[in-house]
Amino acid sequence: MDKRQREQYLREYGILKAQGKPFFPYAILKDGTMAMITLIVIILMSLILGAELGPKADPTTTSYTPRPEWYFFFLFELLRVIKPPALVFIATVGIPTVCMVLLILLPFIDRNPERHPARRPIATLTAVTVIALMAYLTVEGALAGAPGQITLKVAPQYAKGKAVAASSGCQGCHKIGENGNAGPGPPLTHIGARLPRNAIARTLVNPTAPMPSFVNLQKQHPDQFNALVDFLASLK
Amino acid sequence: MKLPSPPGLRRKPPRPGSEPAKNGNRINGAPAPTKKELKQAQRAKLKEQALEVPISMLGWLDERTGSTPFLRAFLFRKVPKGTNWYYTLGSATMFAFVNQAVTGVFLAMYYDPSSTQAYGSIRHIINDVWLGSFVRGMHKWGATVMVVLVFLHMGRVFFFGAYKYPRELNWIIGVVLLILTMAMAFTGYLLPFDQRSFWATVVGVNINASGPIVGPYLADFLRGGSEFGATTLSRFYAIHMLLIPGLIAALIGAHLYLVSKLGTTAPPWLKAEKARELAEEEI
Repeated sequence: MDKRQREQYLREYGILKAQGKPFFPYAILKDGTMAMITLIVIILMSLILGAELGPKADPTTTSYTPRPEWYFFFLFELLRVIKPPALVFIATVGIPTVCMVLLILLPFIDRNPERHPARRPIATLTAVTVIALMAYLTVEGALAGAPGQITLKVAPQYAKGKAVAASSGCQGCHKIGENGNAGPGPPLTHIGARLPRNAIARTLVNPTAPMPSFVNLQKQHPDQFNALVDFLASLK
Repeated sequence: MKLPSPPGLRRKPPRPGSEPAKNGNRINGAPAPTKKELKQAQRAKLKEQALEVPISMLGWLDERTGSTPFLRAFLFRKVPKGTNWYYTLGSATMFAFVNQAVTGVFLAMYYDPSSTQAYGSIRHIINDVWLGSFVRGMHKWGATVMVVLVFLHMGRVFFFGAYKYPRELNWIIGVVLLILTMAMAFTGYLLPFDQRSFWATVVGVNINASGPIVGPYLADFLRGGSEFGATTLSRFYAIHMLLIPGLIAALIGAHLYLVSKLGTTAPPWLKAEKARELAEEEI
């Protein structure tokens, strides 16, 4: 905006302001109503949804798949989408930092004097795209990557083993089909092709650190352990 | 409601003698006042005195702070024509912050930020403290509501073009407030110290660590060392309830000061047509 445009804006704004009503009591009445609505919504959410408290934090567990609060899902999903390890820092730090800097600099980037959304199509379109993208990533982050879920299709006789694998936290370190983290453990999607059945069982009982041993499962629930081994051996 | 007028504009006390005669100079022969009349007069006098109390209190304050012109400028400033419900999102966000502050103070009375006691103190708040579960729920959901309102408010400002001249600085303050709000959500997530919050925070801090140059230092600062340890929780607690809330409160102050100084924008569709017509009429 050049000097003339700035002065014209201030003049027009002055006129509109002079035509307006005093903040007190007109605008403050609306603000107060909105504040009451906000309070009622918070109270209702507290009463209806409550605030759950999960099991106590245990730094020694390795099987817990962490989930952020829902408004961080878009970042979470970004992390899931970008896979090559060399590019991970772009997703984790690069994109959010660039977005924040762009947001701070917005008034200096968009110097179009127009204010009506329809008369500044580039800004409006960019904003709508960004909002749609964030909404998409949030929904994807909410649906995908639910902890303890394996979407891989298996024959019905291996369904039980799949359920055991899903609830054992393997995906904390292993990738199984589309689910799980790509490391530090090797992907298990085709593990049956690389290791015979008894080698898989041996590894489960006597793994390399930091993988936890499944020896207790073998002793206490041998059927579950065998189902798990059968399921893994079937992944070819 | 009307604010009492400042000392200069106040009604002057009556001159002596200008008021109808009272008990003292009663003309001889007139009937003595009955008990009822005396009582009524006394009551009227008390009422008048009671009405003077708030005025004199405000006068006392004003004489010592000089805040009347400021309050008047803030309260009776005009908001432009066309101001609608979208303009309440900012103040609603501030209200959500106040809700967080109030519920947070009550939670802090019972919370113990040590890695061995934290979880137990939250259990205690939920199970034993009167309304504890309800207040914790309000704090948790208040955070969600605040994040949503911050984004809605930002959307309003963006689509109304309200970040343009002369309000660029206020937009920047707003973005910093958005970042601080997200930082509040992140640091508060660890405090219940259950599995979910612990592991999500481990991942979050590791994400910080993956950043170039400052990343590892920031992660070390948050953890209070190279590993997640006993000091991490109290560090998050101090950041969550002292550092960031202080910054947010100060920046809200600056944000509001600029809002009242520059005025809120008029809706952009009102700009061109009517204002220009009126300007021409005035000429």
